[in-house]
Amino acid sequence: MTPYSSLGTSPPRIDVADKVIGKALFSADIVLPNMLHARMLRSPHPHARIKRLEVGRARAMEGVMAVVTSADIPGLAGLREVPDPELPCMARDKAIFEGQPVAAIAAIDPYVAEEALDLIEVEYEELPSVTDVLEAMRPDAPIIHPSLRAQNLIGQDDRPSNIFWYMKYLRGDLDAGFRQADVVLENTFRTQTVHQGHIEPRASVVDIGTDGKLTVWTDNQSIFKVREFVAGYLGLPLRRVRVMPVEVGGSFGGKLHQQLSPIAALLALKTGRPVKMVMTRAEVFKATRPSPATAITIKMGVTKEGRLTAADVKVIYDFGASTGMPGLDAVHHGVKLLDAYRIPNYRIEGYDVVTNKAPSGPYRGPAAAQANFAVESQLDLLTREVGIDPLEFRLKNCAAKGDLTVHGAPFGEIGFVDTLERMARHLDGRAEPRGAGRGRGMACGLWTTMSLGSAAHINVNDDGSVTLVVGATDISGTRTAFAQIVAEELGIGLDEVTVASGDTETAPSASVSVGSMITRSTGTAVMRACLNLKEQLCRRAALRMKVDAEELEFFRGRVILKERPETAISFAELARDNFALPGAGPLYASGRSDPLGKPTPVFVVQAADVEVDKETGKVTVLSYAVCQDTGLSINPAIIEGQIQGAVAQGIGWALTEGYVYEKGVMKNPTFLDYRMPIAPDVPHIETILVEHASDAVPYGIRGVGEPPMVPTLAAIANAVHSASGVRLFELPMTPEAVLEKIRGGEGPSPKKREC
Amino acid sequence: MKKRIAVKVNGEEREALVEARRTLLDFLRYDLHLTGTKEGCGDGNCGSCTVLVNGAPVNSCLVFAVEADGREITTIEGLASGGKLHPLQEAFISEGAVQCGFCTPGLILLAKAFLESTPSPTETEVRFAIAGNLCRCTGYDKIVRAILKVAGAQAGRDS
Repeated sequence: MTPYSSLGTSPPRIDVADKVIGKALFSADIVLPNMLHARMLRSPHPHARIKRLEVGRARAMEGVMAVVTSADIPGLAGLREVPDPELPCMARDKAIFEGQPVAAIAAIDPYVAEEALDLIEVEYEELPSVTDVLEAMRPDAPIIHPSLRAQNLIGQDDRPSNIFWYMKYLRGDLDAGFRQADVVLENTFRTQTVHQGHIEPRASVVDIGTDGKLTVWTDNQSIFKVREFVAGYLGLPLRRVRVMPVEVGGSFGGKLHQQLSPIAALLALKTGRPVKMVMTRAEVFKATRPSPATAITIKMGVTKEGRLTAADVKVIYDFGASTGMPGLDAVHHGVKLLDAYRIPNYRIEGYDVVTNKAPSGPYRGPAAAQANFAVESQLDLLTREVGIDPLEFRLKNCAAKGDLTVHGAPFGEIGFVDTLERMARHLDGRAEPRGAGRGRGMACGLWTTMSLGSAAHINVNDDGSVTLVVGATDISGTRTAFAQIVAEELGIGLDEVTVASGDTETAPSASVSVGSMITRSTGTAVMRACLNLKEQLCRRAALRMKVDAEELEFFRGRVILKERPETAISFAELARDNFALPGAGPLYASGRSDPLGKPTPVFVVQAADVEVDKETGKVTVLSYAVCQDTGLSINPAIIEGQIQGAVAQGIGWALTEGYVYEKGVMKNPTFLDYRMPIAPDVPHIETILVEHASDAVPYGIRGVGEPPMVPTLAAIANAVHSASGVRLFELPMTPEAVLEKIRGGEGPSPKKREC
Repeated sequence: MKKRIAVKVNGEEREALVEARRTLLDFLRYDLHLTGTKEGCGDGNCGSCTVLVNGAPVNSCLVFAVEADGREITTIEGLASGGKLHPLQEAFISEGAVQCGFCTPGLILLAKAFLESTPSPTETEVRFAIAGNLCRCTGYDKIVRAILKVAGAQAGRDS
């Protein structure tokens, strides 16, 4: 029986009423008087020296108000190379990926801006490029960032390298571990570059005031981060930039980085007029931040009883042309790939590598899904070798409270066993589909949430309603979760709570909306603001009741006398005194959360039933079940939607999505050729929420958004194996790839058959 | 080159002088300020810009404004009447079918046209009917439920 009245219920999201009538404002919807339109000239080459860049003719064209190149970027003055990952890479002396901005034009309308692009003259000297991560690691590979030296790479000499990060972790005695094993398997798994696929393209509108102050509307995962990007790029103090809240049309990690706003802001500064810049879909694919491709080699040993004894892992991330973002280097997450299991002996090596591909960035559990695909595929192969049920195998080896993660922290309260057992119960009675190319696969995932500092304000209105002001960008329904927290704490109806998203000047600071931690980071601040408000209400009631505040407590929307609970003043009554009560000012409260809260693991178990057409190689997902530990589900319907969306993305990653490069040029930058799942591709996704309370976060919540995509790639691959008898080590598992495997295993290819 | 067109948008007669290259999408968004219609790809592959032209769903990014001359256009702004939401708008809210909301206007309009031609669809029919409209947030499940809910309610009324 839940102790809560509002938490755990599923009211509709408070932001959707405006979305179903077309009233919600997204960044591209912003139109300002006298606004200019900007377009970007981008490098057609993956790697090329810019020998000559002449913008005079474009600048002279009628209707063109400004043309800028990297030479105009004040914040970059003095920097020769641009490995600085926080800055959008406008090419300086050379372009390092296809689609990299070379120049930008602001004109009176988008057509003029587009036409003026043709008048910019660029002379390129093409350089050898590299798009395969393993080739990029070779000593003779073309060097992309000449100033780059591998960090942490023991024994690395001072020569430039495309490896920009290396990590190594050791535990136990690797050789002894493998000697204890009855079965040892070694495989290499490859995953492809995939895009977050948000349907809203990137857009930015920047206004400029008479005082030179810039106001920005752009799709983002933190208005404060946008401010940092724009101010940093232009060398301005933060107070010169104001970032407004907008609705965000999907982000999934892809909108943390700001490629447009700094350049749109530069054009606004140059022209003194508002500037709007919207990416085409091809630009979104080529020049935002897709998820890294990987090459992962795993050697793993197991006893015939099914106990894991040792693992030797090499994880290589293809970061494209970017050297990452601080704290978001892929290997930092990638090296956690064995944390879910008790493996007494291991070696984990992780590499981040640059190539001449689109710069990579975070995507829904950055780096985890790729690593998980390798580990959970490998585990599945081991279970087949030793003949143990995959769920039982994981129960035998799963990590428990007190076990150490790769980074050395012991697990606190975790719900892995509960989640596995709940999935076992769910699958019990749902017979595994057999025959006719059908089969079941399962996989487990782990994603650990943290928290960063955030704050929240609450204003009490005279009629007993409250306004919560937050600065957190809502990308997943968090405004609704915050409202539920306020309603819960204050014992008032949800319709009495307004959640206002402030801008960078009116909102309290908020952490970035990443890491499945928005509800945790800002929600904790909201809860503490409520606690603070309740204390104030008790003091205020004490004044009216002429008792000590200590004799009172707040209980379900009323301040009551502890000794005589029937003596009470309601929240609404106290609110009426808002301005009038002598000895007290307006009711207003704030709260904040601490940075770097305790890591909170989220475990998820998934099972897929698929059908493989042996004639065409096409994989159809027949049904899908997810069992996830949420700690506490603040709004189960929203969580269910998050999980279903994540699984659909995982299905796309597993089966159809992927960047196709030809000599460093992306060949499929449209939604037609980059094939994301459509409605008939996705089955009903059953979601089961387990609530094993976290010991690190208020209400026991854990975080939701990222974990459910982590094991999907492997669950599908394992199901494909069960259904077809073939193992795919490389994604995506397109019909061609599956068919090739099937034919490779079954005899003559059709060509031979025709003969 | 500009051409004069007369269209009826959400029941209102509108006359305008538009450039021949202006798409219906840009005409709606930037000339009429009806920004509820969204542009996700600009090449007809995502469906976010779906509007109804004489009742039929079209990708407004693939139609020039001049081609709409003399037609009746319904955008998401024209769906609610008299302050009352269309049943599909209500169902999209109640079923949790809206997350980021970017694909929502196009899907609601597409579903409206679909249910008019197919009042009692199966789940599979719904999934294929909306196959041209991408959603990246929901995994489609709750969108399908919302459309089926309205179909069920209509069927209830019809019988």
